[in-house]
Amino acid sequence: MSAQFAAAYSTSTGEAFQFWILGTVAVIGALSTVLMKRAVHSALSLAGTMIILAVFYLANGAYFLGIVQIVVYTGAIMMLFLFVVMLVGVTAADSLTETIKGQRWLALLCGLGFGVLLFAGIGNASLTQFDGLGTANANGNVEGLAALIFTKYVFAFEITGALLITAAVGAMVLTHRERTERPKTQRELSEQRVRDGKHLPPLPAPGVYARHNAVDVQGLLPDGTPSELTVSKTLRDRGQIRDVSSEALNDLRALEQRAEERLERTEIAPANLKRTEEASK
Amino acid sequence: MNPVNYLYLSALLFTIGATGVLIRRNAIVVFMCIELMLNACNLAFVTFSRMHGNLDGQVIAFFTMVVAAAEVVVGLAIIVSLFRSRHSASVDDASLMKL
Repeated sequence: MSAQFAAAYSTSTGEAFQFWILGTVAVIGALSTVLMKRAVHSALSLAGTMIILAVFYLANGAYFLGIVQIVVYTGAIMMLFLFVVMLVGVTAADSLTETIKGQRWLALLCGLGFGVLLFAGIGNASLTQFDGLGTANANGNVEGLAALIFTKYVFAFEITGALLITAAVGAMVLTHRERTERPKTQRELSEQRVRDGKHLPPLPAPGVYARHNAVDVQGLLPDGTPSELTVSKTLRDRGQIRDVSSEALNDLRALEQRAEERLERTEIAPANLKRTEEASK
Repeated sequence: MNPVNYLYLSALLFTIGATGVLIRRNAIVVFMCIELMLNACNLAFVTFSRMHGNLDGQVIAFFTMVVAAAEVVVGLAIIVSLFRSRHSASVDDASLMKL
């Protein structure tokens, strides 16, 4: 059996080694994309998986696609994802309550069944021999791809251009907001406040204790309960308010206790004084 | 090692992505799982291209990447406008067409 014939049945040992190591990491990255609670961690795991897939493309002789995968996917698309994650709110963790009972287990079962189907399908195919890209890549991978794209697939390529333009226009239409009414002037706003008769003065400032006067800490009312009004509406909507009222109340309690201890000491001191006075009499 | 192993890996990644779409509720993470499925398909295309010894599979994978880029742009725009109107990126909250 010649060496060339054997190469058509299996790849080099180095590639097998690379596959088993990086494939494991890719699967771990995919799993953590699904299982991580925060969207930022999911995005980073997915970026790692995509880089490993780029390495696999390079190993499979798809040199152009490997580079495009790194530049377009991990460079542009994942950064777009991170951008939106930061815009939408990093701290907003996924709610883990089930709205449909047993949905998670059913979903896992579906996934398992689907995976078994796929694996059985691949396992049943007789794929013992492969041709390799030696002849196809003989004039260079990029040249070969270009020859195909601009001859056989030229119509699909032009349709792709139309698709990209449509997507760009669509994104602009979706995110652009047209004002349907004239914005209210400052005078109209103040008149409306007077007419409604609530909060005529400016809203109260956040945080009244010197140790916690950050903007995300609610100010306390005289009875110690926090007031929502003191925190900006954006932070309220995002649920990014830090509640330190219990902390402040504990501080207050500790202060009172310390004061009582000191008072007891001062109460003992006059008693001693009295006793000394009696002794002197 | 036979390149079929790449197909098995691709099937595994696709399954993980599909399960993630079913399980997760955060629209951004659901979207990332869709990207994972697209990438798994690309890996299968590239592997088939190698097994058959021609570049057609790679051209299809290239087109998939272009479509994925367009899809990400539109999808993220939808998520941003959804978040603007509902102050949440959960797909459970988007149960009505109108606010």
